[in-house]
Amino acid sequence: MRDETVKLALPAAGAATERPISIAIVAMGGQGGGVLTDWIVELGESQGWVAQSTSVPGVAQRTGATIYYIEMMPPLAGRSPILSLMPTPGDVDVVLASEFVEAGRAILRGIVTPERTTLIASSHRSFAVTEKMTPGNGIMDKAIVGEAIGVTAKHQYIFDMNALALRHGSVISAAMFGALAGSGVLPFPRESYIEIIRGGGKGVEASIRTFEAAFEETQNPATPDSDVEKPAIIRLPSGIGNRTIEPLINRLRNELPAAAHDIGYAGLAKVVDFQDVAYGAEYLDNLIRLYAEDRRDGGEARNFLFTVTAAKYLANAMAYDDVIRVADLKTRSTRRARIEKEMGLAQDQVLQTTEFMHPRMDEVMGVLPAGLARWLEKRPGLVRWLDARVNKGRRLRTYSLLPFLMLYAVGGLRGLRRRSYRHAVEVEHRDRWLAAATGALAKNYQLGVEILQCRRLVKGYSDTHSRGLSKFDKVMAAIGLVEDRDDAADWARRLREAAIKDAPGKDLEGAIETIKSFASEGASVR
Amino acid sequence: MAERSFAREVQDLRLGDGDTFRGEGILAITKGLLQSGVSYVGGYQGSPISHLMDVLADAQDVLDELGVVFQSSANEAAAAAMLSASVMYPLRGAVAWKSTVGTNVASDALANLASGGVTGGTMIIIGEDYGEGSSIMQERTHAFAMKSQMWLLDPRPDHECIVNMIEKGFELSEASNTPVMLEVRVRTCHMHGSFATKNNVKPGFTIKDALNNPRRDLGRIVLPPAAYEHEQEKIHKRMPAAIDFVRNNRLNELKGPRDGKVGIILQGGMYNNVIRALQYLGLSDAYGNTQVPLYVMNVTYPVIDSEVADFCRGKDAILMVEEGQPEYLEQAVNTALRRRDINTRVHGKDMLPMGGDYTAQVLLEGIRTFVDKADPRLLGNRPPAPNANDVLGHPMVQKLKGALPARPPGLCTGCPERPIFAAMKMVEEELGTHHVAADIGCHLFSILPPFNIGATTMGFGLGPASTSAFNVKADKRSIAVMGDGGFWHNGLTSGIGNAVFNKHDGVFLIVDNFYTSATGGQDILSSRASNENRQTNNSIVQAVKSIGAQWVREVDRTYDVGKMRATLKEALTTKAEGPKIIVASSECMLNKQRRVKPLIAKAIKGGERVVKERFGVDEDVCTGDHACIRLSGCPSLSVKQLDDPLRDDPVAAIDDSCVACGNCGEVAEAAVLCPSFYRADVVHNPTRWDRFKAKVTMAIIGFLQQRRDRRRPAFGIAA
Repeated sequence: MRDETVKLALPAAGAATERPISIAIVAMGGQGGGVLTDWIVELGESQGWVAQSTSVPGVAQRTGATIYYIEMMPPLAGRSPILSLMPTPGDVDVVLASEFVEAGRAILRGIVTPERTTLIASSHRSFAVTEKMTPGNGIMDKAIVGEAIGVTAKHQYIFDMNALALRHGSVISAAMFGALAGSGVLPFPRESYIEIIRGGGKGVEASIRTFEAAFEETQNPATPDSDVEKPAIIRLPSGIGNRTIEPLINRLRNELPAAAHDIGYAGLAKVVDFQDVAYGAEYLDNLIRLYAEDRRDGGEARNFLFTVTAAKYLANAMAYDDVIRVADLKTRSTRRARIEKEMGLAQDQVLQTTEFMHPRMDEVMGVLPAGLARWLEKRPGLVRWLDARVNKGRRLRTYSLLPFLMLYAVGGLRGLRRRSYRHAVEVEHRDRWLAAATGALAKNYQLGVEILQCRRLVKGYSDTHSRGLSKFDKVMAAIGLVEDRDDAADWARRLREAAIKDAPGKDLEGAIETIKSFASEGASVR
Repeated sequence: MAERSFAREVQDLRLGDGDTFRGEGILAITKGLLQSGVSYVGGYQGSPISHLMDVLADAQDVLDELGVVFQSSANEAAAAAMLSASVMYPLRGAVAWKSTVGTNVASDALANLASGGVTGGTMIIIGEDYGEGSSIMQERTHAFAMKSQMWLLDPRPDHECIVNMIEKGFELSEASNTPVMLEVRVRTCHMHGSFATKNNVKPGFTIKDALNNPRRDLGRIVLPPAAYEHEQEKIHKRMPAAIDFVRNNRLNELKGPRDGKVGIILQGGMYNNVIRALQYLGLSDAYGNTQVPLYVMNVTYPVIDSEVADFCRGKDAILMVEEGQPEYLEQAVNTALRRRDINTRVHGKDMLPMGGDYTAQVLLEGIRTFVDKADPRLLGNRPPAPNANDVLGHPMVQKLKGALPARPPGLCTGCPERPIFAAMKMVEEELGTHHVAADIGCHLFSILPPFNIGATTMGFGLGPASTSAFNVKADKRSIAVMGDGGFWHNGLTSGIGNAVFNKHDGVFLIVDNFYTSATGGQDILSSRASNENRQTNNSIVQAVKSIGAQWVREVDRTYDVGKMRATLKEALTTKAEGPKIIVASSECMLNKQRRVKPLIAKAIKGGERVVKERFGVDEDVCTGDHACIRLSGCPSLSVKQLDDPLRDDPVAAIDDSCVACGNCGEVAEAAVLCPSFYRADVVHNPTRWDRFKAKVTMAIIGFLQQRRDRRRPAFGIAA
């Protein structure tokens, strides 16, 4: 700044700091941002103010992120204010975000600032397509947005407005309108808001209920947001009162370390549910054997991380996804109850479900006795012929008698499971995996743990399953190339994450190429 | 029937003297047209002008009362050609479209119209789709106005001013025998505001009068030697007439003090943001009481040199505020001053960015630079201007930057185009990737995640034409996608006719969803609804066959993913010669829901038996691979984290916005993904037979379920 200008005593032209109240609504297309905008404009006009709103529907209307902007101010001696068409960073009074990540996007636009902005945001998430499509877990860490809100907003009102609206039979715009009223940023009485809703015509009562609830929540927040990750709810119980599984539980308690008790209990429940009590015993046998290795290789210092990890992934490996399991799950009473609840089934309504199955000869062979399946495998012509009869989309009406009986019968085939071809393949694969993990453990404890976790790559059915298996094989092979390096565990983790995150497998190929390059370098130096 | 109904708002078009209109800018414009006594209106929908077309379509009654002819034009060229009604007759007419794309399409007709000139006032409402939120290439309509010599109005974003410029614009058009363009930017179109209305004006001379008393004048037709005379007429008669009219009617406005060391010249559309920027600098109050002289160009072409000169004379420097590139106005201002040897310095794009939105923030910086250089004393004690840089630089905010997932637009819940692209993805996995030419329309969202299909888009309806060069025998064929909107806009001839004539070997996929859905669901020739004002139900399949296509397949239910995939595969592998045309039809779900939902609600309420469907995912069967989402991207198909400590990955979940289109089930089945999807049918008001059957079946099923439940060791953990 130049000196001469600083010394000048020129006052500003008018009350330059007297600016309109500015409100930005950040939302996703089709979320009712337009309704909320109209309400706020009507509210301002009903109080004799001049209100102007703008928006850019364009392509954003289809689920993309979009922004509505409102300015309002009283007229001065008959003169209307000149209102801006876009929010200016650093000069927005209220930001209303109808979704939590959108609040973050508003922060990045610079329209949430500590001197000025009241942020009203719903804490619920509506996942972006890139978060949803990631194989594995692609969901963004919410806490990052929360932290940014903490350092940018002057006031914040954050709660799950979507859930609140649903509870009161309305939509999120009514909840946000209530939160706006409750925040007290606008100098208008509460009744004036309700008058606007009443004038709307549709779903008035539910909207007002929602408005009131959100208003109340803003004034007296019920409980601090319970969004914090809940600790595991499954705990090893002191007594189960069931003679058949009591011995298993006792073994779990007595022969395995405390760190593995809860997760081991969950695992045990899963495998017994998958097959039977004897299978649960097999699970414990395996786990106890791994625990012995763990102890020998210094696991105590790491709170038996190897055993704990094994308790989780061994259970998943043993409870593989086959047609018997699917048929069993689909025919359970708990499943019907869950769907009835989800659909909000009323007393006088009838529920039916249709399953979309596409069995192939592969799945059929999986259930056959191992010998028979191997015999078939040597006759590809016959398998192709059979496949042509089996391999097609089949839709089953679950709660009609015949289809149900069919599924029920398949679900009852668990007696044959342990002699089946699929089981033989799974056991063989599992043994190789555990051998690799325990083999690594002695040299590099963390590598052993990482190898156990690689089991996460194997999941799904049909094509998904074979793709998972091939990724697993690739990762295991690549780990083999680096297993003697100090940072082998680190590489194993990186390889696994690359494999999980990316469906076409490009990242994984890239990571493997890198490993190959320095693996061969090492060889040539030697 | 459009996506949004304006039935209520249309009543506002009847407001008269002494009433106040409150509402959207687009509606104010429509009202302005009626107040100006138009005889006919037409146009082609597209953001930000779609609502204008929808309002007119919903306002048939009002238009009938006034005797106004309204047409939904086939495309912008057709709309522009419609204006020829005003060449020979004193008829006022207006058309509207999205620019610059629409102006591109219309420019042949516009150039002819502008050359011969008009008798009645003609106005083109230009929805200038520029800046943030725009869906097209960033260009200006200004160039078209200059090259064909049509006047360009750019009113202040204020309903009163816009309506006034419409009324004056028609007079200007008539006074200078020249078509006029009225430019409104995206935000202005959707701006809520108010103005004092006047009575609508019934045209004195009607279309019927014109038909009954035909006139012709060879001098108005673009044929040599008349065409040469037109150019002279433009220069020597029409331009001076326009300049006189603009001056005499003070269409451009002076704001603030007349004299000063500095001044700002601005496009009308920039006014509100300029005032805000001046306010931040302490140079204006909120009511437009500015300390800096402003010359507001509500008419940006022609530039009124004498007004510019008068404004600049005696000032040290001026700033030209002109959004977009190149700097046509800055050049014009410079020329005007140089010719008169006025030595006022002209700033513009040297202090303001060459491209992009002129937001209040951008203008604040530009104007501050300008005043700081030209008249720093004005800035006085410099009140603190808003500044978000500290906040944006905060480490917590920086951390947010890389972490936020993008939220690109996508296909709606239940969209019938989703299964088409899911099928294409599956074919891609089988036969490898192909060159895919995309087109404008909802189907363009297939270029985004999760589908990532499509290499180019060349303009509305030009998808097929843009594969023209790929007409050689190769291992793979090109695939061109086009919507029904693009098909009727020009694609039938430019795409299909072209491919038939040139014996193109490629695959042409026409996505037919019964409306021009991307612009808001307007009816077109092949719409299947009946429309009392238009002839619908004209088959696309018949049209392509009539134009000579031999290999034509219709998939009349796009949700049949298996059939869709088989058809695509056949088209890509068949030995048949010539274009392989697939018409994939299913109703736009957004429109369908709007149509069907109230009917269903009414039927349920009335006690009728209604089956409501919704899809679900068995969370214990789902393994969390999300392959289903990679083949769908449906908004109602999401993920959720289970409380199960044994699970790492969230499972798929379907929320209650599901409309049971069936895509996920079909895809899971066709792609052999997994059996976790189910469709739940809830029978409302079941018949006695329904209830009896369910009771008996569920009794047996319940018995069997309990039997197995009892045998299962109880861990007290829900499976």
